[in-house]
Amino acid sequence: MTFLVEAYAFFYQLADSFAFLVLCGLGLAIIFGMMGVINLAHGEFIMCGAYVTVLSARAGVPLPFAMLCGTLAAGLVGLILEFLIIRRLYHRLFDSIVATWALSLIATQGMLIVAGPSIEGLKTPFGSFELGAYSFSVYRALLPLIALLLLGALYWLFMRTRFGIHSRATIQDPNMARALGANTSRIYSQTFTLGAALAGLTGALYAPTITAVPTMGQAFIVQSFVTVVVSGADVMLGLAPSAAVLAFIQSLLTRSYGQLIGQIGLLLTVIVVVRVLPKGISGWALQRNGGR
Amino acid sequence: MNSAFPLRFVRSLATGTLATMSILMSGHALGADPIKVGILEDQSGNFAIAVIPKIYAYQLAVDEINAKGGVLGRQLKIIHYDTQSDNTRFQEFARRQIQQDKVDVIFGAFSSASREAIRPIMDRSKQLYFYNNQYEGGVCDSNVFVTGAVPEQQFSTLIPWVMEKYGKKVYTIAADYNFGQISAEWVRNIVKENGGTMVGEEFIPLSVSQFSQTIQNIQKAKPDVLVTLLVGANQASFYEQQAAANLNIPMASSVNVGQAYEHKRFKAPALKDMYVTANYVEEVVSPASDDFKKRFRAKFPQVEYINQEAANAYDAIYLYKAGVEKAGSTDQAKVKAALGGGGICTDGPSGKVCLDPKSHHTSHRIYLIHVKADHSVDIPKVWDDIQPYWLGTVGCDLSKKADQSQYTPSNLPKK
Repeated sequence: MTFLVEAYAFFYQLADSFAFLVLCGLGLAIIFGMMGVINLAHGEFIMCGAYVTVLSARAGVPLPFAMLCGTLAAGLVGLILEFLIIRRLYHRLFDSIVATWALSLIATQGMLIVAGPSIEGLKTPFGSFELGAYSFSVYRALLPLIALLLLGALYWLFMRTRFGIHSRATIQDPNMARALGANTSRIYSQTFTLGAALAGLTGALYAPTITAVPTMGQAFIVQSFVTVVVSGADVMLGLAPSAAVLAFIQSLLTRSYGQLIGQIGLLLTVIVVVRVLPKGISGWALQRNGGR
Repeated sequence: MNSAFPLRFVRSLATGTLATMSILMSGHALGADPIKVGILEDQSGNFAIAVIPKIYAYQLAVDEINAKGGVLGRQLKIIHYDTQSDNTRFQEFARRQIQQDKVDVIFGAFSSASREAIRPIMDRSKQLYFYNNQYEGGVCDSNVFVTGAVPEQQFSTLIPWVMEKYGKKVYTIAADYNFGQISAEWVRNIVKENGGTMVGEEFIPLSVSQFSQTIQNIQKAKPDVLVTLLVGANQASFYEQQAAANLNIPMASSVNVGQAYEHKRFKAPALKDMYVTANYVEEVVSPASDDFKKRFRAKFPQVEYINQEAANAYDAIYLYKAGVEKAGSTDQAKVKAALGGGGICTDGPSGKVCLDPKSHHTSHRIYLIHVKADHSVDIPKVWDDIQPYWLGTVGCDLSKKADQSQYTPSNLPKK
C-alpha cells in the first residue's frame, strides 16, 4: 500500500510537471516552433489570459466562462498585434526578438500602471483528496488530462482540417501555397492568433493556482522555450515527448534533491539535447524515418 | 513646423520665467538649497508589491517635515529612481545618485541581494545609507543604518512561541539567496536551542512558482510547524497551492503578511494559521498607528496596504532628521557620528524606535501576527522594545571600531 501511495505521489508529480510544460509550450510551439517568430512576449499573453480570467471570475462570471474570456482576450490581443507589428517581422528572426521583447516590457509595465502591483487571486476549485500521508489538489490532478485533450485537439486541427493543411502548407512554403490559392497573410494571422489564444488559455488554467502579478509571465517563459526547443519544429510530433522527458527528469531530481537541482537538471537536459539533437526530438524522429 | 514654433517659444519662455522665479523664491523664502534625499526602491518588477507602500511612506514623511519648515530650515527634496527589482539597476542608480546628483543621504533597497549589490558602492564613497527593511541581520557597517527588524527580533520571539504551541518538529522552506540561507541558519539554531528537530529544509530559487513536489516532501516529513521564508511574487504562489493540496500545517514566517500582505491578496484560507513577527502591520490599533494610517490614506488613497516596511521607511526619514539636527549640519561624516552617537529616537507608527550605537540597527516593538481561517488577523502577543543585540554580543561595535562587513552565526567577527 505504501509503495502504491509513493508510486502515485511520484506519478502525480510527473503528471503535474508534464501538464505545466505542455501548457507552457503550447502557444509558443505554434508561434515559435511553427511560424519561427521568437515570441518573447509569450509570458505576457499568459499574463493577459490569467488577468482577464481572474477579473471576470471576480465580477461573477462562472469560472469556465471566465477562462474562456481569458483565452479569447489573449487571442484578440494576438490578432491585433499580428496586424500591427508581427506581420512585418516574419522571416526576420532577430528583429522579432527585439520587437516582442519590447512588447513584453510594455505589457508588464502597462499592467503595473493600470492594475497595480497585484490583484486579489481566485481560490483553486474542487478541493483535495487524501492518499496515505499525502493530500493532493483535485484541480491540479485534472490539468494533465486537459493538457492531453488540448494536444489531441491540436493534432486534429492541424492534421484533419482545411485550416490545418493550409496553415502547414503556408508555413512550409509560403510562395507555393500562395501560388496554389491559399490566402497566406490571413493564414499567418489566424495561426498567430491561435498561438496567442493558447497562451491565454494556459494563463486562464493556472490563474486559480498562482498569484496574478504583472511579472507573472516570467514564471512561464523559461519552461516554454525549454519545452519547445527540446521538442523541435514539428510540434505535433515533438511537444508531448519533450514535455514527458523533461517532466520525468525534473520531478525525479526535485523529489530527491529539491527545487534548485530540479531546475538545474531541466536546463542541463536542454543543453545536452541542443548539442546532440540540434533539431529537437521531432527533427531527430523525422530524420530517423527518412522524412526530411 | 510654422505653427509649432511660436508655441514652443512661448512655452520655453514660460518655463524660463518660472525657473527664474523659483530660484528667486527659494533664495529669498527658503534660505538655502534643499537637502537631497536619494531613494532607490523597486517601483516595478518582482518586489514592487511590497515596495510601493515604502515609496509613499518616504514621500509622506518628507512632505510632513517640509510643511513644518524642513530640517535646519532647509527643505528635503526626494530624488527617486525606479530600481526595477534588478541588482544591476541598483548599482547604476547608486553611482548616479552619489556622483551626479551628489545626494546627502540614500534610502533604499528591498532584497538583501540588492542591498549587498550597492553596499560596496556606499562604502567606497563613505555615503550615508539607510536600509529600511527587515532582513537576515548581521550588517555591521559604519556607513549603513538599518531600520528594519532582524532575526533576534523576529525569530527569537517567533520560533519558541510556535514550537511551544504546536510542537518541536520544524521544516523550513526558504528563498535561495543570502536572505533565505542566513535566515534558515538562524531558524536552525533557535530550533536546536529550544530542544526541537529540523525534519527538513529546502531552498527554492526565486523563479519557482510550482510547488507540488515541495508540498509532497513536506507531507512526507510530517512537521509540526512549517517555516516559510519565501520572497517575491513567484514564490507567493506556494500559499494557494498548499491550501489547494490541503497541507494544513501551521506556518511561521518573518517575511509574509508584514511585507506583501498575502492575507489581503489571496482567497481565504490560503494563509490559515500563519504566524508572523513584524514591527508593524496595518492592523495594529493604537493612537499612533491610527493617526499614521489616517495621514497615509489621506495623501495616498490608492495604497493597497500600509505594510511594515512603510513604517520603517517613514521612521528612517525622521531618524535622519534627528541626526542632521543633532549634528547641526548635513555633512555626512558629522551626521553619521550623530546618528551613531546614541540617543537618536523617533516616535513612529509602532511606538518609539531608537538607533543602537554599536550595530546601527533599531530597537523595535514586535507584534506576533496570527492569520485566521477567514484571513482576518489577531495579535496574540506583543514584545516591547526588543533590542538588536546580536551584533553587539558577537563583537561588532561601530562606536569603537569602523567596519564594513556582514556577519552570520557561522561567520563571526574576528576577535
